[in-house]
Amino acid sequence: MGGLDDLYQQLILDHYRNRRGRGRIENASASVHEHNPVCGDECYLDILVVDDRLVEVRSDGDGCSISQAAASMLTDVAEGKQLDEALETVEHFRLMMHGDVEPDENVLGDAIALEGVAKYPVRVKCALLSWLALREAIAGYRETTAHGG
Amino acid sequence: MGNSAIAVDATALKAEFPLLATPRADGRALHYLDSAATSQKPRVVLDAMNAYYRETNANVHRGVYEMAAEATDRFEAGRTAAARLVNHPREGLVLTKNATEAINLVAWAWGTRTLGEGDEILITGMEHHSNTVPWQIVATITGAKVVFAPITPDGELDMDAMRGLINGRTRMVGVVHSSNVLGTINPVEEIVAMAHEAGALTMVDATQTVPHMPVDAAAIDSDFLVFTGHKMCGPTGIGCMAGRPEVLEAMEPFLGGGEMINDVTTEGSTWAEIPLKFEAGTPPIAEAVGLAAAVEYLEEIGLDRIRAHERELCVQMLAALDEVPGLTVLGPRDPDRRGAAFSWVMDDLHPHDIAQFLDSKNICVRAGHHCAKPLMRALGMQATTRASGYLYTTEDDVLALRDALIECRSWFGVG
Repeated sequence: MGGLDDLYQQLILDHYRNRRGRGRIENASASVHEHNPVCGDECYLDILVVDDRLVEVRSDGDGCSISQAAASMLTDVAEGKQLDEALETVEHFRLMMHGDVEPDENVLGDAIALEGVAKYPVRVKCALLSWLALREAIAGYRETTAHGG
Repeated sequence: MGNSAIAVDATALKAEFPLLATPRADGRALHYLDSAATSQKPRVVLDAMNAYYRETNANVHRGVYEMAAEATDRFEAGRTAAARLVNHPREGLVLTKNATEAINLVAWAWGTRTLGEGDEILITGMEHHSNTVPWQIVATITGAKVVFAPITPDGELDMDAMRGLINGRTRMVGVVHSSNVLGTINPVEEIVAMAHEAGALTMVDATQTVPHMPVDAAAIDSDFLVFTGHKMCGPTGIGCMAGRPEVLEAMEPFLGGGEMINDVTTEGSTWAEIPLKFEAGTPPIAEAVGLAAAVEYLEEIGLDRIRAHERELCVQMLAALDEVPGLTVLGPRDPDRRGAAFSWVMDDLHPHDIAQFLDSKNICVRAGHHCAKPLMRALGMQATTRASGYLYTTEDDVLALRDALIECRSWFGVG
């Protein structure tokens, strides 16, 4: 069952069973609600931004082990990052999911364990759901602040 | 239905399906349990389509040369076979791209020209999106309203509620013959009679029954009844709409173009007789040839025997799934009230993870919302895992599924 073990690395199952950063943020700087049209999974992502830095990232919702582990790893790696740095991390992760980059553990942290997902096109959307929600949340935050909101 | 018929020998039939008879790359057996999505194709269907392209490929209803006439004959034989299968007059059998297009044909050709403010389209909470979304589109255009009949907690249609929702404003009643998610077989004859009494037309989605059991369109008496080729051993790209001839004659066309006209002048056009009035452009010819071969194949085996086999399969499958800890099967448990599509939920395990694990055992199932999101919402679920059988599904397939599901629990650490 080599293929299955490649996909579901131990680190993924660990994040799935003990999900980090789960929940919502009251008075969030930006919130995003995404869903996966293939399976109906939902993802809520809240960020708290102070001085252009993600001081808190929380994700909630239900989904498969891949989507839950990806969200857990995202909150781990994104918290504390400057917004631009967080966007670069998301982009690196996105490229890894499309097999277009040599993944860098220093950038991705535990999320490098999701590299094997790239071989399963239907599951790529599961892994990307929360990560693209972060990109959208940052864009939303910047748009609001740019308009003085 | 068909309880006295002798079930088919599914293991022997499997050998007639090249894809199922060929070992996978890893040398292990394939357990194909996704026939509600699409069926596999027997050799006779593949051969018939191949022979058509090799021997008589020509466009239909046009050429005067002999080969074109032969192509037309083979194409029209597909219509004849499909009409015969469901006991419907062949002039009322419209060939479409699939069942979805067949429903859209009615929604657009009849619905947009007939419905208006205050009119109601009654469908059920267990319809496939194909019998939901076209009506929502028509409602937006016409001002009509789509009303959903509720389902009971055990996955059957709430007939009392349905009866109460049919009224003088109801113009169309759409109902699925058997749910692709729950397996539930609905009392379509009773519903059609109720609708007709109120003066409404009816649309029966028989996509999940025509391949699996004898379906008598004359007895059901629906104004429209749709099904699709690829779920009944035939090819993709061809669907059927069995329409009441006098209703079809009164309807305007859906798509315009070649084939569907009587005359075209710069002032306007007149339409061909039914069913060609609804078949604009070059039709799916090779697909109609494949459909005819599929119908003949099913008739030779006997739809009553296929139903008897699937009834046995229901008993085996429900018993097998009951052996898996933490698993809940949706829909009716009585084999006489359900088809061979089985959806379940299992503790905290997500359908995607279950389906991925099963795939590692060469077991093909469907995970997701099964194009029935209103039903999923009514059930309070986002997704289920579904295994669905057909005439070639064996007890060995069922037991492989059971064993893999039990193993799946410990692999993900929930059992």
